[in-house]
Amino acid sequence: MLSKLTTSAQTRQWPGHIPVEYVYTAGIAGEAFLRALKDRGMLLTSQCPQCQTVYLPARLYCEQCFEETKQYEEIAPKGWVHTYTVAHVDIDGEALAVPQIYAFIRFGGTNGGLIHRLGQTQPHQVSIGMEVEALLLPGKERTGSINDITCFQPTK
Amino acid sequence: MTVNIKQWPGTALATRDLEQGHVLTVKYKPRAEYAWDAGVAIARYLEELKAGRLIARSCKQCDRILIPPRMFCEECFRPTDSWVYVEDTGTVNTFSICHVRWDVVRLDQPQLPAVIHVDGASPGMGILHLLGEVAPEEVYIGMKVKAVWEEASRRQGSITDIRHWKPWKEE
Amino acid sequence: MAKVAVVGAGMTRFVRRAQETGRELSWQAAKMALDAAGLRLKDVDAVVIGSAPDAFDGVHMKGEYLADGSGGWCKPTLRCYVGGGTGVFAPIQAWYHIASGRFDTVLVVCEEKMSSCHPHPQGAFLTIFDHTTERALGPNLLWIFALEMNRYMTVHGITKREIAEVAVKNKRNALDHPCAQLGANLTVDDVLASEELAWPVNRLDVSPASDGAAAVVMCSEHVAKRTSPQPVWLEGVGWHLDTAYWTNRDLYYPQYLEYAARMAYDMAGIKEPRKEIHIVEPYDPFDYKELHHLEGLLLCKRGEAARLTVDGVTQRDGDLPVCPSGGLLGVGNPIAAAGLMKVCELFWQLRGEAGKRQVPGMPRRGLAQAWGDLMQVGTVVIMGI
Ligand SMILES: [Zn+2]
Ligand SMILES: [Zn+2]
Repeated sequence: MLSKLTTSAQTRQWPGHIPVEYVYTAGIAGEAFLRALKDRGMLLTSQCPQCQTVYLPARLYCEQCFEETKQYEEIAPKGWVHTYTVAHVDIDGEALAVPQIYAFIRFGGTNGGLIHRLGQTQPHQVSIGMEVEALLLPGKERTGSINDITCFQPTK
Repeated sequence: MTVNIKQWPGTALATRDLEQGHVLTVKYKPRAEYAWDAGVAIARYLEELKAGRLIARSCKQCDRILIPPRMFCEECFRPTDSWVYVEDTGTVNTFSICHVRWDVVRLDQPQLPAVIHVDGASPGMGILHLLGEVAPEEVYIGMKVKAVWEEASRRQGSITDIRHWKPWKEE
Repeated sequence: MAKVAVVGAGMTRFVRRAQETGRELSWQAAKMALDAAGLRLKDVDAVVIGSAPDAFDGVHMKGEYLADGSGGWCKPTLRCYVGGGTGVFAPIQAWYHIASGRFDTVLVVCEEKMSSCHPHPQGAFLTIFDHTTERALGPNLLWIFALEMNRYMTVHGITKREIAEVAVKNKRNALDHPCAQLGANLTVDDVLASEELAWPVNRLDVSPASDGAAAVVMCSEHVAKRTSPQPVWLEGVGWHLDTAYWTNRDLYYPQYLEYAARMAYDMAGIKEPRKEIHIVEPYDPFDYKELHHLEGLLLCKRGEAARLTVDGVTQRDGDLPVCPSGGLLGVGNPIAAAGLMKVCELFWQLRGEAGKRQVPGMPRRGLAQAWGDLMQVGTVVIMGI
């Protein structure tokens, strides 16, 4: 029905973009988490007073009980690989010079965990359950970002 | 009950809290570029603009001549029927005198956006465009206007092939 | 039709820039609403989230992102979005969740965090214009409001001075709102003397960009009667959408809103809205919009709303109190949250809990309304006790 009308229509495209950029705050609990990382190289957790879930990173509230979490505690950035992947291409699909290992890392006594890079190791050496620890930037170079951790590496 | 709430939640920050790093922030600029298809009706509309003409579509069920042109009538929910050339003159239905860009940066010269009802289309059929060759204080609703076309060699098949609309007196 | 009630309301302060993340704001408002209702998250059967474009917060799939802070953990959760109309659309979604009989208790949470978006949240809105026939002209969101305001003023012969009375009233009302961002004692001359952005719109004619969240708890009749000392009933809901060919409409009158209002009045059995509605919270992102909407809501004749305002009829102690909260112009405009703030206001007003903002005379029925998309959607709820 419409097809006969398209004969005179050239294919036309109109280019454009959406002119925005973002400045995100870390939030109340996120700010405390990043400060602990920056200032002390530690990971901040918070615990729900009702169901005892220990959130890592720390959260303001328990999503299950809707209570405000209390009991903020810092733990050393040592955990184990819960799962991992090896990336061979970048965001545009171009081959990476060196494959990058990304892992979900969990920590004893907590729920949750962190997604981060794995370094100082090779893809074939990584295994689920492997113990890892954070390789931190020197204190002066930290900015209060998740990238204050350069990567996680096998525990020495 | 609400009068008993002493401290309502929400923590206000000042601009300096961000600028001076009192709170931690993450910056991100999305990489999202688009190439939007003009579609069937608007592709023809653009082609005709390049030729220095305005074209509309007619719907014979509601007896309307529609501009911008569209391949279906949203009122009758059926395909429109035929192409109809309309005039490059019209009437200002409403206008503004805009002093700022979208990011609220002041402009040197105000822009005069307007909805222009196009002669030859059904009553109420307007398009968005800009007015020119007129002092802002002289514009009024109901003013007759005529399209000022870009030189033929410079037209690209774009709504900007009409530079703007200027005041016009019917002869 | 099954009866549905609002049994609790909560909100955060509306601020230009909040430290909280969007999900933290959501939790603060939702928790307050549940506490007010005397309910816990385990009592909630389903969650409705309202939030405007993802591009404001800069979080794609904002509904999913906000879900945990909105109580959506392991629950049936829905996010709705009709631009600025979202905040009043969200409780309508909850209404049919409950009216269907499938759910008894629904938590409704609306959030917006516009401060993330730089250099200006308008940037996220530019694609609302047609990419080919309009964006090439370099449009600016203010254009459509300025064009509509001019058309409205010119058709009815209304002045900027009359319209500025709305901004003065709402910002003054907001002085009594503990969550307000822009409460102020201003004069009409202050509004007229503020920076001209896009004639006829001056800076003080416009509501600010804001961060904030609001929430309500809604229940079926049997749960409301069991748990709430004073349920506020949703007596009518209505919504309507006009064409996105906005240059083909006559902007002087919001026809879509009249249809939405008629739908809500019909459901509520209201024959004479002007007599039967005691408080109105129409959507007021711009001062002229309050007037435009009062007309679309059939609460006065076309072109008459400015007169009512100048005569003081719409003051908190007037015959038809309009935006006793302080509205978007005074309380602030975190888009979806601002709409739901109006529903919260009716809840507090009808229960006599509005404190310094309390409308005198024990109002028994109110109407909240929001507006959005490409100036084409009207959403309406009528609440009563
Ligand atoms: Zn818990
Ligand atoms: Zn038709």
